[in-house]
Amino acid sequence: MADAVEPMAVDGGHRDGACDWDGRWNHVKKFLERPGPFTHPDFEPSTESLQFLLETCKILVIGAGGLGCELLKNLALSGFRLIHVVDMDTIDLSNLNRQFLFRPKDVGRPKAEVAADFINSRIPGCKVVPHFNKIQDFDESFYRHNKFHIIVCGLDSIIARRWMNGMLISLLSYEDGVLDPSSIIPLIDGGTEGFKGNARVILPGMTACIDCTLELYPPQINFPMCTIASMPRLPEHCIEYSRLLLWPKEKPFGETALDGDNPEHIQWVFERAQERAAEFNITGVTYRLTQGVVKRIIPAVASTNAVIAAACATEVFKIASSAYIPLNNYLVFNDVDGLYTYTFEAERKDNCSACSQVPQDLQFPPSAKLQEVLEYLTENSSLQMKSPAITTTLEGKNKTLYLQSVKSIEERTRPNLCKTLKELGLSDGQELAVADVTTPQTVLFKLNFTT
Amino acid sequence: TMAATKTSKEQRYDRQLRLWGDHGQEALENAHVCLINATATGTETLKNLVLPGIGAFTIVDGHTVSGEDVGNNFFLSSSSIGKNPDKLLDNDPEFFHRFTLVIGVQLPESTCLRLGSVLWSASVPFLVCKTYGLIGYMRLVVKEHTVIESHPDNALEDLRLDQPFAELKSHIQSYDLESMEKKDHSHTPWIIIVAKYLEKWLSEHNSQPPKNYKEKEAFRQLIRQGILKNDNDVPEDEENFEEAVKNVNTALNPTKIPTAVEDLINSEQCSNITSQSASFWVMLRAIKEFIQSEGNGSLPVRGTIPDMIADSQKFINLQNVYREKAMQDAAAVSKHVECILQSVGKVSCKNASFLRVVCCRSLAEEYSVDSVNKDEITSYMDSPDSEMVLYLMLRAVDRFYQQHSRYPGVYNYQVEEDISKLKLCVNSLLQEYSLNVNIKDDYIHEFCRYGAAEPHTVAAFLGGSAAQEVIKIISHQFVPFNNTFIYNAMSQTSATFQL
Repeated sequence: MADAVEPMAVDGGHRDGACDWDGRWNHVKKFLERPGPFTHPDFEPSTESLQFLLETCKILVIGAGGLGCELLKNLALSGFRLIHVVDMDTIDLSNLNRQFLFRPKDVGRPKAEVAADFINSRIPGCKVVPHFNKIQDFDESFYRHNKFHIIVCGLDSIIARRWMNGMLISLLSYEDGVLDPSSIIPLIDGGTEGFKGNARVILPGMTACIDCTLELYPPQINFPMCTIASMPRLPEHCIEYSRLLLWPKEKPFGETALDGDNPEHIQWVFERAQERAAEFNITGVTYRLTQGVVKRIIPAVASTNAVIAAACATEVFKIASSAYIPLNNYLVFNDVDGLYTYTFEAERKDNCSACSQVPQDLQFPPSAKLQEVLEYLTENSSLQMKSPAITTTLEGKNKTLYLQSVKSIEERTRPNLCKTLKELGLSDGQELAVADVTTPQTVLFKLNFTT
Repeated sequence: TMAATKTSKEQRYDRQLRLWGDHGQEALENAHVCLINATATGTETLKNLVLPGIGAFTIVDGHTVSGEDVGNNFFLSSSSIGKNPDKLLDNDPEFFHRFTLVIGVQLPESTCLRLGSVLWSASVPFLVCKTYGLIGYMRLVVKEHTVIESHPDNALEDLRLDQPFAELKSHIQSYDLESMEKKDHSHTPWIIIVAKYLEKWLSEHNSQPPKNYKEKEAFRQLIRQGILKNDNDVPEDEENFEEAVKNVNTALNPTKIPTAVEDLINSEQCSNITSQSASFWVMLRAIKEFIQSEGNGSLPVRGTIPDMIADSQKFINLQNVYREKAMQDAAAVSKHVECILQSVGKVSCKNASFLRVVCCRSLAEEYSVDSVNKDEITSYMDSPDSEMVLYLMLRAVDRFYQQHSRYPGVYNYQVEEDISKLKLCVNSLLQEYSLNVNIKDDYIHEFCRYGAAEPHTVAAFLGGSAAQEVIKIISHQFVPFNNTFIYNAMSQTSATFQL
């Protein structure tokens, strides 16, 4: 592939308006202008569908990395021209084995911007608008203003996924308890890891959401501290010892936090880990393993991202055009041994903490300490909160029971953790509002005292 | 290596090196693939090979770029040889012998079969790819593909508790659970615990290990009784004993040579080693001889154990017992290899239980009336909406092309009238192969509707799938499919058939 973005093999063409040469959309038109036996019941062949895709349909792509680059290309070559892309990252050399919109000269630049530039130059008429942001930077006005028809995620973070999921649920409007379909923004979500991947279609408020199937994402395994501190067995234990215990103690680079992208930092962790391993006759500590553990690196290749992004883009096309019934609703892919796919319908959870609108049940005896409630919120596999902030209303006033993210409030509320629910003045049926990074809205819990 | 000197190549390929290692990467960088037809499907496949670092590629494509090609193809500025594959087959079929693998995209049946025959004789792996409407198709044609590193997802552990080797036995004997202090007792690896209680069980049950659910439950109970109790006779918190109980099933798995490996050992290639035999077969033969001598009926010990609750010393010591035995067995296998052949590269037999061979039938065999896999086709067609119907439709469409020099329904006005023509092709296909199956009219209509379109998202799906299969062939790691893959973008389902 050439280093520079080369001009198209077709002559001329303006960047906007009439830049569609003869035959450009032939492949796409066959699915929009012809009747067929397997089309969606609502489908009507017409020449207007293509115009809708080209001129009106607005797509938000979240992530401009392994999946994002593929998604942008796929959407652009399927007729979508109004695309926004959000990504908070800058380009790293290790991205270049799969994120094909980037070149070595782009390292350090924002992914969203470079990706948008490339697509806009390569696909005449396509207008990708980049946002060098975290998705959490945008509140509901971003969505109301832009009126996205479909949102497609290519994220590498479960927290961000859940946040996006929560945002779309918060945009739903109900009239007399009935969901207004025009407030639903379909969410297509893709994920990959090595040779495995999945793609799912979510209709917020109607089908299973991310949190309905939280158990499909098993919590990240952290090694027990006692193993790391006194009983290491694996090279990983030695690396974590170096990272979690030695670094804060020895502060090798002053007050600087450990930066996984800094080769000097990794080298330091690596050497200390080797020493630790030698003490215990453990083999296997390498620089590559050290970096992998510190940065929690997930292996990645171009092919898996290509497959999953393709499946996601096919679903975007189906939903935007009503050409076919969309995936209902979860596809799993694995090509370690041959090629394996499995398609199933993930079910909604009646009491889902994100989409069920019913207050979550919290069952504890009044003698339970607040600490136990906090642990439940973080450890329960259906909740998996990261750093929940718990507030409630007592005697008509809003009271923060515990909050971690602001140092002064954390210090002030920390003593509450050792107090019992009764001591804190909470009663049976009390509502607790819990905020967390995994959701843009607070989650309501109802205390149910047990004996 | 020092951080500063980590090459930019290592950094660039870091995420994939963690999957196939430096040796896999080397194989990729030494490969030269040939792509026939730079359509969307072709260029997507190529992109997914260039990104991970394929050594070289050659494109053979006699077509000129049309407006619709630019509409679905991200890469139309790469140069192509501009020759026509049919002309090459006419004038210089040996052109294709130089490649590690050939990828044939959107090929008409006649070109495909001709190419298949040339590549089969030259033992060059051939991957056929086709995007047709919302259907993706791949066919792998490789005579004999050996896989030493299959990297199975869920491999059983190789613990040998049913037939502990001498060193393991004496290591187990060095433990006396009854006399241990609590700290040591609670940090003894579960493998030792299970081994000890298994000894007890065997002595009480006429040397018969627990076999059914009832006996295994009783065995678990036996282990539980070994948990230390405090002064009030309440069981202590001994996580290692919990692990032992949880792992009883794993531990009691009989040591066995996997059927796939048994078949390989009993194969003709293994019995008849010549100077032409690939090193894969030499190693397999050496393993066979090991099994018959030092191995006492078993494969070389793998040498790895899972992580488990234990103090460092106990764990490392136990791990080393397995590791050293594995090294011993590997050395014995190497001696056999040396005897079989004068010089062979370094061989690791820790993958012995995961060796695989993939043999795909030739296209000639698939297409011949005498050897068509009727059973596979008819049994899948018991479900009339199985992906098998899509395979048959692709064959019918090829037939249409042969007869009419075009695909059905390319232009709007053709869609309706081509349905009956395509149906004739379907019927003649089924008749020729004596396939007593029924193909719903809906599929015939749908394939006319497709008009041989190559929508980008389907091409991209296939491009990702195909590229990874090519990488598997080149690297001899992970297991390729055998031999026909169908993807249905309408239902987001897929299937693999052996045709």
